[in-house]
Amino acid sequence: MPNFDQELDASGLNCPLPILRAKKALAGMSEGQVLHIIATDPGSVKDFDAFAKQTGNELVESKEDGGKFYFLLKKS
Amino acid sequence: MSEKKLAIIATKGTLDWGYPPFILASTAAALGYETQIFFTFYGLQLLKKDMKVKVSPLGNPGMPMPLGMDKWFPVLGTAIPGMESMMTAMMKSKMKSKGVASLEELRELCLEADVTMIACQMTVDLFDMNPREFVDGVEFGGAATFFEFAGESDITLFI
Repeated sequence: MPNFDQELDASGLNCPLPILRAKKALAGMSEGQVLHIIATDPGSVKDFDAFAKQTGNELVESKEDGGKFYFLLKKS
Repeated sequence: MSEKKLAIIATKGTLDWGYPPFILASTAAALGYETQIFFTFYGLQLLKKDMKVKVSPLGNPGMPMPLGMDKWFPVLGTAIPGMESMMTAMMKSKMKSKGVASLEELRELCLEADVTMIACQMTVDLFDMNPREFVDGVEFGGAATFFEFAGESDITLFI
């Protein structure tokens, strides 16, 4: 069982597309659901942190593995 | 918490300078800002359905050029006919390869996110521009229209 409800692959996309795609995906989800995001833009680490702080959605996890960045965002 | 507001004035009509207004506006909208862009003078080129904006190396010593051309190429060389089109094509393909969105894509994302776009009526008249060439949803107004929103904005930017 994956620990998320929906996945967004933003690999290869650059600022601000990962954030905009994530926002769009979250809009179609319900409260408490978790979005898993995969990105390759190094700037997305700070950006998803800032996005979570400003929108109130919780950044449950943020990690790097093999040059890719993985985020878990819980919709508030 | 009431919604934050961002007001931007977009004055430039080149490929490179078209990015800041659309990147900031689309991101602000994603963060929950109510956002408005006021397009004036050359910035109006960014509203045309058929956006033909270019990037120019002319008079732009900060622009990196391929093959170290920015180091040894004479300044006047950047004025050679066809140079703008060539640099524009190269810039577009570079952006595509790096996953940077096109201006059209970012503008569409702004419109989807309800970013208000206002065309400066005075400039439209001055340059005899045809409003039908603009994307749908553009509003028309003047300086007072800008201040109505900017006056209560948290952030105002002139680009």
